[in-house]
Amino acid sequence: MSEIEVRISNQLGDFDLDVAFSVPAQGVTALFGSSGSGKTSVLRAIAGLERPSQGLVRINDEVWQDQRRFLPPHRRALGYVFQEASLFPHLSVRRNLEYGMRRVAEKARLIAFHDVVELLGIAGLLKRETHKLSGGERQRVAIARALLTSPRLMLMDEPLSALDHGAKQLILPYLESLHDELGIPSIYVSHDPNEVARLADRMVLLDQGKVIASGEAANLLTRLDLPLSGYGDASAFLEGTVSSHDNSYHLTWISLQGNRVAVPREDLPVGRHARVQIQARDVSLAIHAHSDTSILNILPARVIDTHDINPTQMLVRLELEDGQTLLSRITRRSAMGMGIHEGMMLYAQVKSVALLA
Amino acid sequence: MDFDWQPVWLTLKLAGTTTVLLLIIGTPIAWWLARTHVWYKQALAAVVALPLVLPPTVLGFYLLIMLAPDGPVGQLTQAMGIGTLPFTFEGLVFASVLYSLPFVVQPLQNAFEALGPRPMEVASTLRASPWDRFITIVIPLARPGFLTAAVLCFAHTIGEFGVVLMIGGNIPGETKVLSVAIYDHVESLEYDQAHLLAAGMLAFSFLVLMTLYLVNGRYTRSHRP
Repeated sequence: MSEIEVRISNQLGDFDLDVAFSVPAQGVTALFGSSGSGKTSVLRAIAGLERPSQGLVRINDEVWQDQRRFLPPHRRALGYVFQEASLFPHLSVRRNLEYGMRRVAEKARLIAFHDVVELLGIAGLLKRETHKLSGGERQRVAIARALLTSPRLMLMDEPLSALDHGAKQLILPYLESLHDELGIPSIYVSHDPNEVARLADRMVLLDQGKVIASGEAANLLTRLDLPLSGYGDASAFLEGTVSSHDNSYHLTWISLQGNRVAVPREDLPVGRHARVQIQARDVSLAIHAHSDTSILNILPARVIDTHDINPTQMLVRLELEDGQTLLSRITRRSAMGMGIHEGMMLYAQVKSVALLA
Repeated sequence: MDFDWQPVWLTLKLAGTTTVLLLIIGTPIAWWLARTHVWYKQALAAVVALPLVLPPTVLGFYLLIMLAPDGPVGQLTQAMGIGTLPFTFEGLVFASVLYSLPFVVQPLQNAFEALGPRPMEVASTLRASPWDRFITIVIPLARPGFLTAAVLCFAHTIGEFGVVLMIGGNIPGETKVLSVAIYDHVESLEYDQAHLLAAGMLAFSFLVLMTLYLVNGRYTRSHRP
């Protein structure tokens, strides 16, 4: 039963929380929704910081809450990262890191102090006072502090939301490596589709205290019936592997099972897993495969769905040969002129691809 | 001139005992007031604050009646075999604890409220039990509050006069504290003795407050979140 099962219902004033989902106990699950959708409440209930009127929280074979029992937070093997780092101001960075670790029996410590410090790049900060750290450094210390309790589940409540864009970009690779190297399942609360696309394997989509969809992140992010793709900057996220480098034109080719796309040259080993982002506005459609175009990335695709986003433009959801989805934003006039309909085969011309990881 | 040190020692003993007792009694009261949201919280807060506004003679008068041999507390203390409290050092401690209660509870309550729930929540997700959290997080973070409470309680007990006079009287070595001794000296026109004690009190009070402000100021500067 390698699974995280959560069922929570709670009434707080006129806010009705009624959430149930179960996800595999591995990788990153994003709890996604606008503010006020109840995602933080769900996370707090999983941690036991809130006590919902009815709830079931189970991590593999360990029940944290059901009808009969309610384990207080300090008896749950979890790591929690709050929106603000919330380091203890009276303790040094090292003492902050050790606070949770010391309260875990030595036999139960699965992650070495040294490894976590290395992983999050905070070795140079250990002797510092917490108020002398930057926002990004603080959040890295907070993540390391939570990891050092060797949790069976990491809960992260928008850990990047209090950081500016630059600090966010610096900390994202650490979160990615966490995911790849430690293998601790985590639930990650976010309202930023790009963050989810970069970090999450699965997502649970919340709206007004209810789950409206859950499944693979790449799939949900492009679904036209959900609010996620309804914005002008809708994107698709594709999984592939690094296939080759073209040194003379400074390109790296990412293969998507049968097809390939080019991104600006990156020093990555061939065969490495890669996640790319393609914005809907960078994808145009053609009935025939043109060779007389400046566009390098031309992918055969089949129309599966269309959705008007405003009186002028629409989104077209396409399925590639390998089953992954792509979004294209075109004008309604073009769609009419081309006679776009469900099941139609055509060619997606991708003007720009961003490599995420 | 023969200087009588006895009132000074007695006063320090009274203030010290009261401060220790009140920190023990006041901390749970302040914690409770800072954390609960029950409707009668404000009523209890008002009861705790009463000694701030009540004339000390009023408090002393009621205490005298309660502690008297036929008063409710007096009967209890007699039944317990401790005799009666008025005009004893123990009686003074009892009265001082009530009289200085708000000076301990209010700074502590403010300090606990200023902490907010977050540090305790963080500690609980780091496997710290409620007691552990109180000892390792709340006490160090609320340190300025504890310091303020202790100093105010100590200084306020030293300055007590009305309550002492009502309930303790003027028994050398038992209830004759500084403020009463000064009053005594003035009454009998021993201005030199009165001057000495009064000036000593003034200097002491200033030093205590000065130290408090210095220490708290430094603490706040180094612990800005």
